[in-house]
Amino acid sequence: MKLADRVNQVPPSGIRRFFELAEEKDDVISLGVGEPDFSAPWAARTAAIDSLERGKTSYTANRGRRDLRQAIADHVTRYDQSYDPDEEILVTTGASEAVDVAMRALVDPGDTVAVHQPSYISYAPGIIFAGGEPLAVPTRMENDFKLTYADLEASGAADADVLVLCYPNNPTGATMSRDDLTEVAEFAREHDLVVLADEIYAALTYDGDHTSIATLPGMRERTVVFNGFSKAYAMTGLRLGYALGPADAIGAMNRIHQYSMLSAPTTAQFAALEALRSCEGDVVEMRTQYNRRRRFVLSRFNEMGLDCFEAKGAFYAFPHCGGDDEAFAEALLQEQNVAVVPGRIFGEGGEGHLRVSYATGMNDLREALDRIETFVS
Amino acid sequence: MDAKRELLDLLLSNAREDTTDLARQTGLDAAEVESLIAELEADGTVLGYQAVVDWDRVDGEHVQAEVELNVELDRETGYEEIARRITKFPQVASLRLISGDYDFAIDVEGESMHDVSNFVSEQIAPIPEVTQTVTHFVMETYKERGIEFGDRDDDDRLSVSP
Repeated sequence: MKLADRVNQVPPSGIRRFFELAEEKDDVISLGVGEPDFSAPWAARTAAIDSLERGKTSYTANRGRRDLRQAIADHVTRYDQSYDPDEEILVTTGASEAVDVAMRALVDPGDTVAVHQPSYISYAPGIIFAGGEPLAVPTRMENDFKLTYADLEASGAADADVLVLCYPNNPTGATMSRDDLTEVAEFAREHDLVVLADEIYAALTYDGDHTSIATLPGMRERTVVFNGFSKAYAMTGLRLGYALGPADAIGAMNRIHQYSMLSAPTTAQFAALEALRSCEGDVVEMRTQYNRRRRFVLSRFNEMGLDCFEAKGAFYAFPHCGGDDEAFAEALLQEQNVAVVPGRIFGEGGEGHLRVSYATGMNDLREALDRIETFVS
Repeated sequence: MDAKRELLDLLLSNAREDTTDLARQTGLDAAEVESLIAELEADGTVLGYQAVVDWDRVDGEHVQAEVELNVELDRETGYEEIARRITKFPQVASLRLISGDYDFAIDVEGESMHDVSNFVSEQIAPIPEVTQTVTHFVMETYKERGIEFGDRDDDDRLSVSP
């Protein structure tokens, strides 16, 4: 069958090849997983079951249940974000759908969308599917993979229309403080960029509270924020996220959402509502455990002589392997049965690095790092 | 969270973690971890380290019972005195003074039901202040000290994902 050009423009994901290699082997300890090892909090799961038992299986309002939007509005005040649940919040099928409809609602054919790299692999395809042109803005290890004014300037982002910002970052684990964000906000204001801020890992920061760029002066009106339940509440498979933004942007996104998705999964909306109501303790406990593993992994890498900056968010470490990351990851998998993801898969600036997920229990983590140490020495 | 509390939490979830790994997870150095644990032990905060055992998987009989105990106090005898007498028996795995319909909750362990009921009737019931005992034998354990029993779920996540 003849395929649309926009599909042919997007190569298959580099993750896929590593997945297939890892699947061929037995006894693999995988540090290549981009999702929590915990299950959703039990209270959220029982709320989902309860909603099914009560027969709550119909569509919801396009924008999501009103009570859930209200709960989201209340919840995000912790990040000093203030959004009207009727006009400025859209509940989506995972934050991924929010990213997709935002691209389609805000990017015109030929528009340039700047994406700092290394970053999550779905942005560039989303831009291409929307008819836009991705512009890579490499970030650097010497800056702890934070995005700087200079990085934006050097890569020509001044001429871009939109900037995608993802902190805490997948794959590097980098975070950005209010000070760090100030110069990015300044750049966006100076060059009139719309900012798409993917804050899906906001709850997983280990050096103080997450700051949203939307809360900086003059940024709220030019920023759409993505967040969701997948990472914070370990609900990846339930597929529930949301977008926060000015009413016109959210309204435009909703227009696409209502014709494509209609509404986010109803069962998941009930789980999410309960998650916001009663599962803060679960989030704190998961964050505490990730933080212990984070310290463990960083200290193991530094002990074995792999250069690793101090990642302070998400659940990834991003050590430099001292050579070709792809060859390293492949040999590590073949010789020691440990799966990690080569950094180059996440774009420019990722070469030579490995994405190591610590969303894995301590016993496996300990064993995997022992094997990596054996491999390195 | 202060360092001592952090260590306590780690030991509560896995008391076999070695000093080096405790240090790596907390950001303390190994010597600090050792001295903090020594303090926790010396001041009586940490009283011991024990395994959580699924007795169904161990050869031989092992019986557990929860015993409700009612007592009548008098001027010379308080809860403390009664508790002191009861804790001394090795068959008593735990003893708590609780609120509600009865006074003490005792976990008793033995090699057979006969063992346990004998112990209750011959050692506990005759204590002068004890007015009533009700023994509940444990039929199945599903969770103990935060650890679930039975088969564990496999990790069914994709081995590599974005």
